[in-house]
Formats: sequence, structure tokens, C-alpha cells
Amino acid sequence: MISISVDTNTCSNYGQCCFEAEDIFSLDDKGVLQFIPQADDSRLEELENAADACPMQAISLTQS
Amino acid sequence: MSAPVVVVGAGLSALRTAESLRKNGYDGPIRVLGEEPHLPYNRPPLSKQVLAGGIEVEELAFPMRASVSDVDWNLGVEVVRSDLAAGILTTADNRTIPMSALVVASGIRPRQLPIPGPQKGRLLLRTIEDALHVRGRMSAGIRLGILGSGFIGCEVAATARGLGCEVDIVSLDSEPMIRPLGPDLGAGMRTHHEQHGVRFHLGRTISQFTGDDQVTGAILDDGTHLETDLMIEAVGSVANTEWLDGNDLDLGNGVLTDGYLSVVHSPIPAVAVGDVARHPNALFPGEPLRIEHWSMPTDMGKLAGKTLAALLAGKKPEGSPFTSLPSFWSDQYTWNIQSFGIPGAASEYRLVEGTYDGDCIVEYHDSSGLIGVIGVNRTAELLPYRRRLLARYS
Ligand SMILES: Cc1cc2nc3c(=O)[nH]c(=O)nc-3n(C[C@H](O)[C@H](O)[C@H](O)COP(=O)(O)OP(=O)(O)OC[C@H]3O[C@@H](n4cnc5c(N)ncnc54)[C@H](O)[C@@H]3O)c2cc1C
Repeated sequence: MISISVDTNTCSNYGQCCFEAEDIFSLDDKGVLQFIPQADDSRLEELENAADACPMQAISLTQS
Repeated sequence: MSAPVVVVGAGLSALRTAESLRKNGYDGPIRVLGEEPHLPYNRPPLSKQVLAGGIEVEELAFPMRASVSDVDWNLGVEVVRSDLAAGILTTADNRTIPMSALVVASGIRPRQLPIPGPQKGRLLLRTIEDALHVRGRMSAGIRLGILGSGFIGCEVAATARGLGCEVDIVSLDSEPMIRPLGPDLGAGMRTHHEQHGVRFHLGRTISQFTGDDQVTGAILDDGTHLETDLMIEAVGSVANTEWLDGNDLDLGNGVLTDGYLSVVHSPIPAVAVGDVARHPNALFPGEPLRIEHWSMPTDMGKLAGKTLAALLAGKKPEGSPFTSLPSFWSDQYTWNIQSFGIPGAASEYRLVEGTYDGDCIVEYHDSSGLIGVIGVNRTAELLPYRRRLLARYS
């Protein structure tokens, strides 16, 4: 499994991660980031792309 | 042991290309030569959160993957000359650096117009040092002059108004950010800034700076005199390619690459990545483009590393050529702007949601169809447009 965490102090809701893995990251009606904190190992590449795409570099991934 | 792959420039492009070289099986030495004293760091916050005081510069360093832990970062080293056929680079302190292959990742620098008058106190915004310098002088009540109404000029204006500075923007353009946004959304942007107290002097430039030894104001070409405590210039950029002169490369507006990001006419394996590279993009056939967006180093670095790993292994690059959907964001006051594609190249634009002076979605077209989309506070609704743009190449 991959655990996803987002540093909510730096996240600025730019939403770039949503474009890389739209079923995991999304912006709600108020434009605030929502995400599912766990994903299957098969999603690693997409999640790395989402972490790379974050303008604030606020996403970290841990694999267990 | 063979000479290393040498990367010139230690920004995001360098980091992503090094990661990709490793991912694509190159396990030889990688040496990065970077003029700045810092490991790769994130520039976009410099005009936003860093100036506003919300982020410290220590927090800007990019996380490093384990795969690049053995990269040899040589910081504070400027490359001044190169002889690609001989496989050598020369540094400002006159050292000769051998290379088996080259990654051109030297980015751009802000353009400075020749303007008479005092030169001290003409500030630019590209590096951590620039941002710290400006931040140290930006406080409530000071009078800030900005030359240029592109993204950086406008972002600095918005941040400065947030801090309570007086802001005047001088620009030859008829609307702010007109190139990427077009005149109508540009006008909406101007209104948005004006409502927040920014004064525009459009269709104007600075004829002369005033002040004894330090810039304390400017005279515009219509005779207007602006008194300023701080003057920032953001009038475009120059690609850092002088160190490649004399190698018979095409260096007109950046380094020309082929569709696999390999440097055209290079006698040794070489790729160019990020702000410095003028490259074809299979999504938008036509003239190669140089695109100064933060999304490009990550997209280009991935393919450039693969291309270089192939060339180093004596193979030709294969698979899909470079296809990437350029993307940028910007935040100014209450507006979150998100763009996909190349709206700046459009011949026609259509407002499809909202109004130009508030939240909206604008489509940008040319004779080939949809080539770009921009949303203001509509980021979440752009997914279908993004898919349509990506479907241009299949
Ligand atoms: C203030 C600011 C705000 C921005 N905001 C946004 C934004 O909101 N959205 C967006 O999409 N993009 C934004 N950008 C653009 C984005 O930051 C760039 O596209 C990105 O940094 C390009 O990375 P790069 O690695 O190609 O080049 P750079 O980051 O410029 O790195 C190149 C490095 O090479 C070094 N170098 C140059 N010449 C030599 C030499 N001869 N020898 C050795 N080293 C050399 C330079 O010193 C530099 O460190 C912004 C840029 C700035 C400056």
C-alpha cells in the first residue's frame, strides 16, 4: 500500500495533483483539496507524477 | 571510467533529467555544474508566498529521490565556454571539465532594457537572493514601481498590495498579461488589479530613471514622473546559451532540439530541458516553442533522460516523441488562474463560462481547433478541456 500525506500548511489548493490522479485528489465545491490517503501499489507512478506536479511540493508518499 | 554526463544548470530541469537518466538505466557518473550556490529549489513561490512572508527560503529545496543521491552537485560554478566536439566545458575559474554527454539546463535570466539614469536599485526577480532583497524592502506604505505587466510583474503587484505597498505598473502592452490571456481576459485582469488599488500606465515605457546614485523614480515616455521607493523590472527573459556559442548549434531564442529533446547538430549526445529549450511538441505541430512554465522541466526531463540514456547506449531514441500539455497556474488576489495548452498562439478565443471580470472559462483556438483553455477560479472544471487537448495527439 502507498500512504499519501499532504502538508496542509503549504498546500495552496492549486489542484495540479488532481490532473495526475483524479480519483485520488480532487477540489471540493469551495476549491479545497480533498484526497484519499491510501492507494494500491499499482498507482505508484501516477502518485509520483502528482507529487512532482505539486507547485508547493506538499505531497509525500510512503510505501509499506 | 568514462567521463560523466554533465548537466549545466542546477534547477528543476537538472533534477528531473538526472532522475530520469537513472530510471532509464544509465548508471554512470552524473555531474551538475550550477552557477547558483543552491541545490535545485522551487522558484514560483518567490513572487508569491516568499514575498508575502508566508514561506521561508529554506523550505524551497526540492525533495531528492534516493535514485539521485550519488549525483555530484558542483554549486557556485559557472560554465563560460564549451567545445562539444572535444567533449569539454570551461568554467569561469578556468577549469576544464570533461563530459561524455551534455544536459543543457541553464534556464533563462530576466531581460534588462538599456535605460539611462542611475542603475543602482534596478531590481529583478529570479533567484532566492533577489526575492530576499526585495522582501527586505517591501513594507506597508512604500511606493513600488513595476516595469512589465507579464505574470511576474502582476504577481508581484498583487503580493505588494497585500502588504500595503502603493503600486504603479508601467508596460508597453495594452493590457496586463495580454500574450497568454488575450485582450479580453487581460482587460478583466486589469480591472481586478485596479479594484485592488494598482495604477496602470499602459502603452508606456520608462525613458529614464531618476535619482542621484540610486533609482528613486522614473520618467515615462509621456513625461509622467513616478516617485518610487522600490523599482522592479520584469520585461521578459533571455535564454542562457552564451556558453554554447561557437558549436554551430541553433541558438536563436534558446537551444533548438528535435522531437526527442536531443540538441540539433550536437556532435556528442546532448539534450536540452526546461526554460532554455526550444522544442517541437507533437500536440501542437508547427514551429518549435520555448515555454517558460514550471510544468515543462518535469515533463521534458522525463523524456530527455530517456533519450540521453538511449544515445549513451548507442541506440536511437524510440517511442513517442515529446507530447506534453503545457500548464501553468498563477494566483493574484482572489483569482486562481489555471491554463492548459498554448493560449498565447491562438487566433480566436471564446468565453464559455462566466464573465471576463470574474470567474470564467475561456477557450483558445487556431485553425487546428482548440489549442488552449484558461480558467479563473474554475480549476476543477477544466478536466474535460484537458482531456480534449491531450486527445489532439493519438
Ligand atoms: C518569480 C518567478 C515566479 C514564477 N512563477 C511561475 C508560476 O506561477 N507558474 C509557472 O508555471 N511557472 C512559474 N515560473 C517559471 C518557473 O519557475 C520556471 O519555468 C522553472 O524554474 C524553469 O526551470 P529550469 O530548471 O529550466 O531553469 P532555472 O530554474 O532557471 O535553472 C537554471 C539554472 O542554471 C543556472 N545557470 C545558467 N547559466 C549557467 C552557466 N553558464 N553555468 C552554470 N549554471 C548556469 C542558473 O543560475 C539557474 O540556477 C516562475 C519563475 C519565477 C522566476
